[in-house]
Amino acid sequence: MKKPEKELTTEQKIKRRNFISFTVFGAYVAAAYGGWRWLYKSPDETASVTAGAHKPLRQALNKTELFFRRLTFNENHLVKTYPREMAAKKIRHNSDIGSAGKLPPENWKLQVKKANGETLQITLDELMKLPKTEITYDFKCVEGWDQISHWEGVSFRDFIKHYNLDAEAKMSYVGLETPDKQYYVGIDMPSAIHPQTLLAYQMNDELLNGQHGQPLRLIIPVKYGIKNLKRIGTIAFSNTRPRDYWAEQGYDYYSGL
Amino acid sequence: MKAIKEKHPLVMRWTHWVNFPILTIMIWSGMLIYWANDEYSITLFGHTYVRFFPDWYYQWLHIPQRLAEGMAFHFLFMWFFALNGFFYVLYTIISGEWRQLVPNRHSFKEAWLVLLHDLHIRKTAPPQDKYNAAQRIAYTAIIIMGFGSLVTGLAIYKPVQFNWLCWICGGYHLARIWHFVLTIGYVLFFLVHVVQVILAGWNNFRSVVSGFEVVNEQPKPAIENNNEDEKA
Repeated sequence: MKKPEKELTTEQKIKRRNFISFTVFGAYVAAAYGGWRWLYKSPDETASVTAGAHKPLRQALNKTELFFRRLTFNENHLVKTYPREMAAKKIRHNSDIGSAGKLPPENWKLQVKKANGETLQITLDELMKLPKTEITYDFKCVEGWDQISHWEGVSFRDFIKHYNLDAEAKMSYVGLETPDKQYYVGIDMPSAIHPQTLLAYQMNDELLNGQHGQPLRLIIPVKYGIKNLKRIGTIAFSNTRPRDYWAEQGYDYYSGL
Repeated sequence: MKAIKEKHPLVMRWTHWVNFPILTIMIWSGMLIYWANDEYSITLFGHTYVRFFPDWYYQWLHIPQRLAEGMAFHFLFMWFFALNGFFYVLYTIISGEWRQLVPNRHSFKEAWLVLLHDLHIRKTAPPQDKYNAAQRIAYTAIIIMGFGSLVTGLAIYKPVQFNWLCWICGGYHLARIWHFVLTIGYVLFFLVHVVQVILAGWNNFRSVVSGFEVVNEQPKPAIENNNEDEKA
């Protein structure tokens, strides 16, 4: 028969509990450190539409995107607008990949690739005949700065309606590229047809100049600046994610606000 | 006579030690993000006292040119930071531990006496339970700060979808400033916290790992029970 266990002295209890606690604590520290090294050293994702991020982190970004898209995105959530006079006179210029130098409107036509294979060729004059939409809002850069700016153009919704692109608008994504294909973005359809998304040709009452995407650019207030493509050359629609310049450099594909 | 005195419950110890590396990663990845638009400084009457951050500091910690990486880490660990925090708060409320933690009506007066005592200006410290008045204020404030980081963080992260949060924070611009200031607050808290832990000694530190402190108890008359509640 087993002898009844002798009750431990206080000293023994202290030793025993210390031993257990610190063993578990040590194991936890080792596991946390190991887990961190694993994540930090984890290989980059296989380059596809997205690239340049650690594989597990990219998976997390995509999952988090879905979470927030489903939970929070609503076309009725509008970006805050400001009185016209609050708009900056000098608009900050960060980058002109794919849109450097000048491209006078007469040398340009917007190419819209329809689902049936047809390509629409649209001049700026034609676009300017459509109803004009203005917005003064706080433009937000992924770097962390923001600037209130004023834009005028055709709302993407009006554009879709006018050119009978309803079938295309039922697809999941819009891809926009500069004429030289140097810069390109992919936008999920709900964000593209958000009521505040513009194909902008004017900034502070002047036609866009060389630095800001002459002659037509995307203004999409529900996205960071990196998605606001300057100098649109082509617009195409698809059910898979179109290529995206910054998503290939490790940034979140969605980049929604 | 040596005796075991229970101090920190298991959940509190775990959430504390889980939070430490997560918050460290959040601060680090936050710096990778902040670097891309590092516009903050402490400037008074035209003189800049501190610039966040000097070049040598960025170089030392290999901060530059890692914005995308910083965002990827930040938007993963934010989940763990939030979940761990919510779990801690939930536990503190349900277990009743909050009574030991939340400042009471004496705390704000007593905290000064604690401070004077800690600075060796005053000989005696006010009587305390688990935490003294200054700790109650500091440990409650840090939880509120954590909540503040979540709110300001969400406001910057989804300023259109959570435009009401952004509005509460005073706008996008101000939300980013609050988010940054709170982080500086954590760093300052950490510095004081570590110094205090070192000064408090091994018995105190061990209690955050093993849960108990070893106290010297005078043998007591048999009639008195061991109730910790001082009001008994």
